[in-house]
Amino acid sequence: MAIDIARARALRFPSFAVEVERGRLRMFARSIGETDPVYTDVEAAQDAGHRDLPVPPTFFFSLGLEAPDPFGYLDALGVDRRRILHGRQRFEYARTAYAGDTLVLSERITDVTVKRGGAMELLEKTTDIRRGGDHVARARAVIVVRHPEVSE
Amino acid sequence: MSPPSSRTEVEVRVGAELPALALPPISRADLALFAGASGDHNPIHIDLDDARAAGFDDVFAQGMLSMAYLGRLLTGWVPQDRIRSFEVRFTALTPVHAQPTCTGRVVAVDGGLATVDVGVTLADGTVTLTGQATIACESAAMTRTPERTLDEGAHLPAGRSS
Repeated sequence: MAIDIARARALRFPSFAVEVERGRLRMFARSIGETDPVYTDVEAAQDAGHRDLPVPPTFFFSLGLEAPDPFGYLDALGVDRRRILHGRQRFEYARTAYAGDTLVLSERITDVTVKRGGAMELLEKTTDIRRGGDHVARARAVIVVRHPEVSE
Repeated sequence: MSPPSSRTEVEVRVGAELPALALPPISRADLALFAGASGDHNPIHIDLDDARAAGFDDVFAQGMLSMAYLGRLLTGWVPQDRIRSFEVRFTALTPVHAQPTCTGRVVAVDGGLATVDVGVTLADGTVTLTGQATIACESAAMTRTPERTLDEGAHLPAGRSS
Protein backbone atom coordinates (compact mmCIF):
# COMPACT_ATOMS: atom_id res chain seq x y z
CA MET A 1 0.00 0.00 0.00
CA ALA A 2 1.34 3.39 -0.95
CA ILE A 3 2.48 5.72 1.80
CA ASP A 4 0.33 8.80 2.37
CA ILE A 5 2.92 11.51 1.77
CA ALA A 6 1.07 14.30 3.54
CA ARG A 7 0.53 12.06 6.52
CA ALA A 8 4.20 11.03 6.57
CA ARG A 9 5.38 14.63 6.57
CA ALA A 10 2.92 15.56 9.29
CA LEU A 11 3.93 12.73 11.62
CA ARG A 12 5.03 14.00 15.02
CA PHE A 13 8.03 12.40 16.62
CA PRO A 14 8.45 13.33 20.26
CA SER A 15 11.99 14.61 20.94
CA PHE A 16 13.91 12.44 23.35
CA ALA A 17 17.09 12.74 25.38
CA VAL A 18 19.86 10.14 25.45
CA GLU A 19 22.80 10.09 27.82
CA VAL A 20 25.95 8.88 26.10
CA GLU A 21 27.65 6.25 28.26
CA ARG A 22 31.35 5.41 28.25
CA GLY A 23 30.68 1.69 28.57
CA ARG A 24 28.36 1.74 25.59
CA LEU A 25 30.94 3.58 23.47
CA ARG A 26 33.60 1.05 24.45
CA MET A 27 31.31 -1.83 23.54
CA PHE A 28 30.54 -0.20 20.19
CA ALA A 29 34.26 0.34 19.54
CA ARG A 30 35.00 -3.31 20.34
CA SER A 31 32.17 -4.53 18.12
CA ILE A 32 33.65 -2.75 15.09
CA GLY A 33 37.23 -3.83 15.85
CA GLU A 34 38.34 -0.28 16.69
CA THR A 35 42.05 -0.20 17.55
CA ASP A 36 42.46 3.55 18.18
CA PRO A 37 42.61 3.96 21.99
CA VAL A 38 40.98 7.41 21.71
CA TYR A 39 37.66 5.55 21.44
CA THR A 40 38.13 3.27 24.46
CA ASP A 41 40.64 4.83 26.84
CA VAL A 42 39.73 8.12 28.52
CA GLU A 43 43.38 8.99 29.13
CA ALA A 44 44.26 8.46 25.46
CA ALA A 45 41.24 10.56 24.49
CA GLN A 46 42.34 13.37 26.81
CA ASP A 47 45.92 13.19 25.53
CA ALA A 48 44.46 13.77 22.05
CA GLY A 49 42.66 16.89 23.26
CA HIS A 50 39.21 15.42 23.95
CA ARG A 51 37.41 15.90 27.25
CA ASP A 52 36.14 12.30 27.27
CA LEU A 53 35.59 9.41 24.85
CA PRO A 54 34.30 10.92 21.59
CA VAL A 55 31.09 9.65 20.00
CA PRO A 56 32.32 8.01 16.76
CA PRO A 57 30.92 9.19 13.41
CA THR A 58 28.20 6.58 12.89
CA PHE A 59 27.09 6.10 16.52
CA PHE A 60 24.49 8.84 16.10
CA PHE A 61 22.43 6.26 14.21
CA SER A 62 22.52 4.05 17.31
CA LEU A 63 21.37 6.95 19.48
CA GLY A 64 18.30 7.18 17.25
CA LEU A 65 17.50 3.56 18.07
CA GLU A 66 17.18 4.57 21.74
CA ALA A 67 13.79 6.12 20.94
CA PRO A 68 10.97 4.48 22.93
CA ASP A 69 9.63 2.83 19.74
CA PRO A 70 12.15 3.52 16.98
CA PHE A 71 10.12 1.87 14.20
CA GLY A 72 6.67 2.86 15.42
CA TYR A 73 6.42 5.43 12.62
CA LEU A 74 6.44 2.60 10.07
CA ASP A 75 3.41 1.06 11.75
CA ALA A 76 1.73 4.47 11.79
CA LEU A 77 2.26 4.70 8.02
CA GLY A 78 1.09 1.14 7.40
CA VAL A 79 4.54 -0.04 6.30
CA ASP A 80 5.39 -3.70 6.85
CA ARG A 81 8.70 -3.72 8.75
CA ARG A 82 9.80 -6.85 6.88
CA ARG A 83 9.67 -4.96 3.58
CA ILE A 84 12.20 -2.29 4.46
CA LEU A 85 15.87 -1.89 3.62
CA HIS A 86 18.34 0.76 4.64
CA GLY A 87 19.09 2.51 1.35
CA ARG A 88 21.25 5.47 2.27
CA GLN A 89 22.68 7.12 5.35
CA ARG A 90 24.15 10.57 5.72
CA PHE A 91 25.63 12.45 8.65
CA GLU A 92 26.60 16.11 8.96
CA TYR A 93 28.74 17.15 11.88
CA ALA A 94 28.93 20.49 13.67
CA ARG A 95 30.59 19.47 16.95
CA THR A 96 32.11 16.45 18.62
CA ALA A 97 29.91 14.78 21.24
CA TYR A 98 31.37 12.97 24.23
CA ALA A 99 30.61 10.31 26.79
CA GLY A 100 28.69 12.00 29.57
CA ASP A 101 26.81 14.30 27.22
CA THR A 102 23.03 14.33 27.22
CA LEU A 103 21.91 14.69 23.62
CA VAL A 104 18.43 15.54 22.45
CA LEU A 105 17.21 13.94 19.24
CA SER A 106 14.41 15.38 17.10
CA GLU A 107 13.19 13.37 14.14
CA ARG A 108 10.87 13.99 11.22
CA ILE A 109 10.06 12.57 7.82
CA THR A 110 11.51 14.96 5.26
CA ASP A 111 10.77 13.25 1.97
CA VAL A 112 8.80 10.42 0.40
CA THR A 113 9.61 9.44 -3.19
CA VAL A 114 7.88 6.84 -5.33
CA LYS A 115 10.18 4.83 -7.62
CA ARG A 116 9.72 2.24 -10.32
CA GLY A 117 6.03 2.89 -10.82
CA GLY A 118 5.27 2.28 -7.16
CA ALA A 119 7.32 -0.91 -6.71
CA MET A 120 9.54 1.02 -4.34
CA GLU A 121 9.11 3.98 -2.05
CA LEU A 122 11.92 5.94 -0.46
CA LEU A 123 11.24 7.39 2.95
CA GLU A 124 13.72 10.00 4.18
CA LYS A 125 13.95 10.53 7.94
CA THR A 126 16.01 13.40 9.30
CA THR A 127 17.28 13.53 12.87
CA ASP A 128 18.73 16.63 14.50
CA ILE A 129 21.04 15.94 17.42
CA ARG A 130 21.60 18.78 19.86
CA ARG A 131 23.44 19.37 23.12
CA GLY A 132 21.93 22.23 25.07
CA GLY A 133 20.91 24.60 22.29
CA ASP A 134 23.78 23.62 20.01
CA HIS A 135 23.58 21.44 16.96
CA VAL A 136 25.95 18.50 17.24
CA ALA A 137 25.00 16.55 14.14
CA ARG A 138 22.25 15.78 11.70
CA ALA A 139 21.50 12.28 10.46
CA ARG A 140 19.48 11.50 7.38
CA ALA A 141 18.36 7.96 6.61
CA VAL A 142 16.68 6.78 3.44
CA ILE A 143 14.54 3.72 4.05
CA VAL A 144 13.53 1.69 1.02
CA VAL A 145 10.06 0.20 1.23
CA ARG A 146 9.64 -2.65 -1.24
CA HIS A 147 6.28 -3.35 -2.82
CA PRO A 148 6.99 -6.53 -4.80
CA GLU A 149 3.28 -6.94 -5.60
CA VAL A 150 3.50 -3.83 -7.81
CA SER A 151 4.96 -4.72 -11.18
CA GLU A 152 7.23 -2.15 -12.73
CA MET B 1 50.52 2.63 18.07
CA SER B 2 50.96 6.38 18.41
CA PRO B 3 48.15 8.55 19.74
CA PRO B 4 46.35 10.69 17.15
CA SER B 5 47.77 13.88 18.65
CA SER B 6 51.22 12.89 17.38
CA ARG B 7 49.98 11.59 14.06
CA THR B 8 51.80 13.19 11.18
CA GLU B 9 49.87 15.57 8.95
CA VAL B 10 48.18 13.60 6.19
CA GLU B 11 48.36 14.49 2.55
CA VAL B 12 45.11 16.00 1.30
CA ARG B 13 45.46 16.40 -2.45
CA VAL B 14 43.37 15.17 -5.34
CA GLY B 15 44.23 11.57 -6.11
CA ALA B 16 45.60 10.76 -2.65
CA GLU B 17 44.55 7.31 -1.45
CA LEU B 18 43.63 6.68 2.18
CA PRO B 19 45.42 3.71 3.73
CA ALA B 20 43.00 0.81 3.05
CA LEU B 21 41.36 -0.89 6.02
CA ALA B 22 41.15 -4.67 5.49
CA LEU B 23 38.85 -6.40 7.94
CA PRO B 24 38.87 -10.05 8.95
CA PRO B 25 35.91 -12.19 7.79
CA ILE B 26 32.70 -11.21 9.61
CA SER B 27 31.65 -13.97 12.03
CA ARG B 28 28.24 -14.70 13.50
CA ALA B 29 29.64 -13.53 16.83
CA ASP B 30 30.57 -10.18 15.23
CA LEU B 31 26.97 -9.76 14.07
CA ALA B 32 25.62 -10.56 17.54
CA LEU B 33 28.04 -8.17 19.26
CA PHE B 34 27.27 -5.38 16.82
CA ALA B 35 23.52 -5.95 17.27
CA GLY B 36 23.89 -5.35 20.99
CA ALA B 37 26.41 -2.53 20.75
CA SER B 38 24.66 -0.65 17.96
CA GLY B 39 21.12 -1.12 19.24
CA ASP B 40 20.00 -2.64 15.93
CA HIS B 41 18.23 -5.72 17.28
CA ASN B 42 16.68 -6.78 13.97
CA PRO B 43 16.79 -10.60 14.27
CA ILE B 44 17.38 -11.02 10.54
CA HIS B 45 21.09 -10.35 11.25
CA ILE B 46 21.50 -12.73 14.18
CA ASP B 47 18.84 -15.43 14.02
CA LEU B 48 19.07 -17.94 11.18
CA ASP B 49 15.41 -18.92 11.63
CA ASP B 50 14.34 -15.32 11.17
CA ALA B 51 16.59 -14.82 8.12
CA ARG B 52 15.16 -17.97 6.50
CA ALA B 53 11.59 -16.97 7.28
CA ALA B 54 12.29 -13.72 5.40
CA GLY B 55 13.52 -15.69 2.37
CA PHE B 56 17.29 -15.48 2.87
CA ASP B 57 19.63 -18.48 2.97
CA ASP B 58 21.53 -17.13 5.93
CA VAL B 59 21.98 -14.11 8.15
CA PHE B 60 23.76 -11.07 6.73
CA ALA B 61 25.60 -8.14 8.26
CA GLN B 62 23.96 -4.92 9.41
CA GLY B 63 24.60 -2.17 6.86
CA MET B 64 25.68 0.15 9.65
CA LEU B 65 28.48 -2.27 10.61
CA SER B 66 30.11 -1.61 7.24
CA MET B 67 29.49 2.12 7.57
CA ALA B 68 31.17 1.97 11.00
CA TYR B 69 34.17 0.26 9.37
CA LEU B 70 34.28 3.15 6.88
CA GLY B 71 34.13 5.52 9.85
CA ARG B 72 37.27 3.79 11.16
CA LEU B 73 38.90 4.33 7.76
CA LEU B 74 38.23 8.08 8.09
CA THR B 75 39.13 8.55 11.76
CA GLY B 76 42.27 6.49 11.20
CA TRP B 77 43.24 9.03 8.57
CA VAL B 78 42.31 12.38 10.12
CA PRO B 79 41.16 13.45 13.59
CA GLN B 80 37.41 13.00 13.79
CA ASP B 81 36.56 16.69 14.19
CA ARG B 82 37.76 17.28 10.64
CA ILE B 83 34.96 15.14 9.22
CA ARG B 84 32.16 17.50 8.17
CA SER B 85 29.85 15.06 6.42
CA PHE B 86 29.79 11.37 5.65
CA GLU B 87 27.26 9.54 3.52
CA VAL B 88 26.86 6.14 1.96
CA ARG B 89 24.55 4.19 -0.28
CA PHE B 90 24.07 0.53 0.57
CA THR B 91 24.42 -1.29 -2.74
CA ALA B 92 24.58 -4.99 -1.82
CA LEU B 93 24.08 -7.22 1.21
CA THR B 94 27.12 -8.39 3.16
CA PRO B 95 26.83 -12.13 3.79
CA VAL B 96 28.13 -13.62 7.04
CA HIS B 97 31.82 -14.67 6.62
CA ALA B 98 32.35 -11.99 3.98
CA GLN B 99 35.65 -10.13 4.17
CA PRO B 100 35.28 -6.38 3.62
CA THR B 101 37.98 -3.89 2.69
CA CYS B 102 37.43 -0.15 3.06
CA THR B 103 39.05 2.25 0.63
CA GLY B 104 39.02 5.97 0.05
CA ARG B 105 40.42 8.46 -2.40
CA VAL B 106 40.46 12.24 -2.46
CA VAL B 107 38.53 13.34 -5.56
CA ALA B 108 38.29 17.11 -5.03
CA VAL B 109 39.76 19.84 -2.88
CA ASP B 110 37.91 23.12 -2.78
CA GLY B 111 37.55 25.93 -0.28
CA GLY B 112 39.48 24.11 2.43
CA LEU B 113 37.33 21.01 2.13
CA ALA B 114 38.35 17.73 0.57
CA THR B 115 35.82 15.35 -0.95
CA VAL B 116 36.75 11.73 -0.41
CA ASP B 117 35.08 8.89 -2.31
CA VAL B 118 34.80 5.89 -0.01
CA GLY B 119 33.72 2.33 -0.62
CA VAL B 120 33.54 -1.15 0.85
CA THR B 121 34.41 -4.13 -1.35
CA LEU B 122 34.19 -7.80 -0.40
CA ALA B 123 36.90 -10.36 -1.23
CA ASP B 124 34.79 -11.62 -4.17
CA GLY B 125 34.68 -8.11 -5.66
CA THR B 126 31.13 -7.22 -4.58
CA VAL B 127 30.81 -3.51 -3.78
CA THR B 128 28.53 -3.26 -0.75
CA LEU B 129 28.75 0.45 0.06
CA THR B 130 29.75 3.53 -1.87
CA GLY B 131 29.79 7.03 -0.52
CA GLN B 132 31.52 10.30 0.14
CA ALA B 133 32.95 12.21 3.03
CA THR B 134 33.92 15.85 3.24
CA ILE B 135 36.99 16.55 5.32
CA ALA B 136 38.45 19.85 6.46
CA CYS B 137 41.91 20.11 4.92
CA GLU B 138 43.48 21.82 7.90
CA SER B 139 43.51 20.88 11.53
CA ALA B 140 40.36 21.69 13.44
CA ALA B 141 42.04 24.34 15.57
CA MET B 142 42.63 26.42 12.45
CA THR B 143 39.20 25.98 10.93
CA ARG B 144 36.95 26.01 13.96
CA THR B 145 34.78 29.03 13.55
CA PRO B 146 31.64 30.17 15.31
CA GLU B 147 29.61 30.01 12.11
CA ARG B 148 30.00 26.26 11.88
CA THR B 149 26.33 25.46 11.87
CA LEU B 150 24.41 22.88 9.92
CA ASP B 151 22.71 24.06 6.79
CA GLU B 152 18.99 23.86 7.41
CA GLY B 153 18.71 22.17 4.06
CA ALA B 154 16.35 22.29 1.11
CA HIS B 155 14.86 18.92 2.07
CA LEU B 156 12.99 20.26 5.02
CA PRO B 157 9.33 20.85 4.41
CA ALA B 158 8.40 24.52 4.31
CA GLY B 159 6.69 25.97 7.31
CA ARG B 160 8.02 23.50 9.83
CA SER B 161 10.77 24.40 12.19
CA SER B 162 12.45 22.04 14.58
